[in-house]
Amino acid sequence: MKLHEIAKILDAEILACSDSDIEIMSACGSDLMSDVMAFVKENVLLLTGLVSPQVIRTAEMMDIRAVVFVRGKVPGQNIIDMASEKGIAVMATCEPMFIACGKLYSAGLTGKGV
Amino acid sequence: MNLHYEIPSDDLAHAGEASSSVKKMLVQLGIDPVRIKKAAVSMYEAEINAVIHGGGGSAEVTIDSDKIVIRIIDNGPGIADLELAMQEGYTTASDDIREMGFGAGMGLPNMKRYADELDIQTRPDKGTIVTIVVYFHQ
Ligand SMILES: Nc1ncnc2c1ncn2[C@@H]1O[C@H](COP(=O)(O)OP(=O)(O)OP(=O)(O)O)[C@@H](O)[C@H]1O
Ligand SMILES: [Mg+2]
Repeated sequence: MKLHEIAKILDAEILACSDSDIEIMSACGSDLMSDVMAFVKENVLLLTGLVSPQVIRTAEMMDIRAVVFVRGKVPGQNIIDMASEKGIAVMATCEPMFIACGKLYSAGLTGKGV
Repeated sequence: MNLHYEIPSDDLAHAGEASSSVKKMLVQLGIDPVRIKKAAVSMYEAEINAVIHGGGGSAEVTIDSDKIVIRIIDNGPGIADLELAMQEGYTTASDDIREMGFGAGMGLPNMKRYADELDIQTRPDKGTIVTIVVYFHQ
């Protein structure tokens, strides 16, 4: 699933993005970063309700190229700048975590085929 | 190549700068991305632990042609029961820490999973030294 399709499904605002054609194969939703780092799939989208520079750091270490902030949380400019610098796409959606994950899963982002 | 970083205490906003800098270095050196991720994630977990549990410390990193050796050193309270701490889900992190995105009790298990070699020396009230080795060709 392409990043721009994900943005559309979640009605998300794109805050940083160098390439909306990035192909996403699986997704991980968590507010705890070590849970994210325990997730071993490739081409991962991270959904989180945590707004912190550590979200971008975690994405950086894990080679995660796209992050969605859920529940209407909007990251500060420092977080957006940090992500842009590292080539990590950032989006924000008003959907809560469960609904955001559910919508993507129903649309076919099931994490299979990796 | 030898690198040294200070790890500030209780400063979660800046935590991870050492790991970020080491990752950039490995990318510049053209190391296999799979190997870089193993080194970056395990170092980052150890660096975060030094900040939130160890009261800060330092990182000593040696990179040579076939491996990276990362030592994260703190002078904090040490880990009372290492075997217990290594279990998935075990954490003593406060709610404040969890609100900042840590405290799943997955950091040490992640280090074990991602590092090729992991050694932890810890003494009550003396601190903790985590040594991570990742080989570049394997
Ligand atoms: N450097 C350290 N100094 C003192 N105690 C530590 C240190 N590293 C880990 N611990 C202890 O071991 C426990 C487990 O560590 P681990 O990294 O697995 O989980 P965590 O840091 O609590 O949460 P997470 O890493 O998932 O965010 C910690 O809660 C803490 O009690
Ligand atoms: Mg930890």
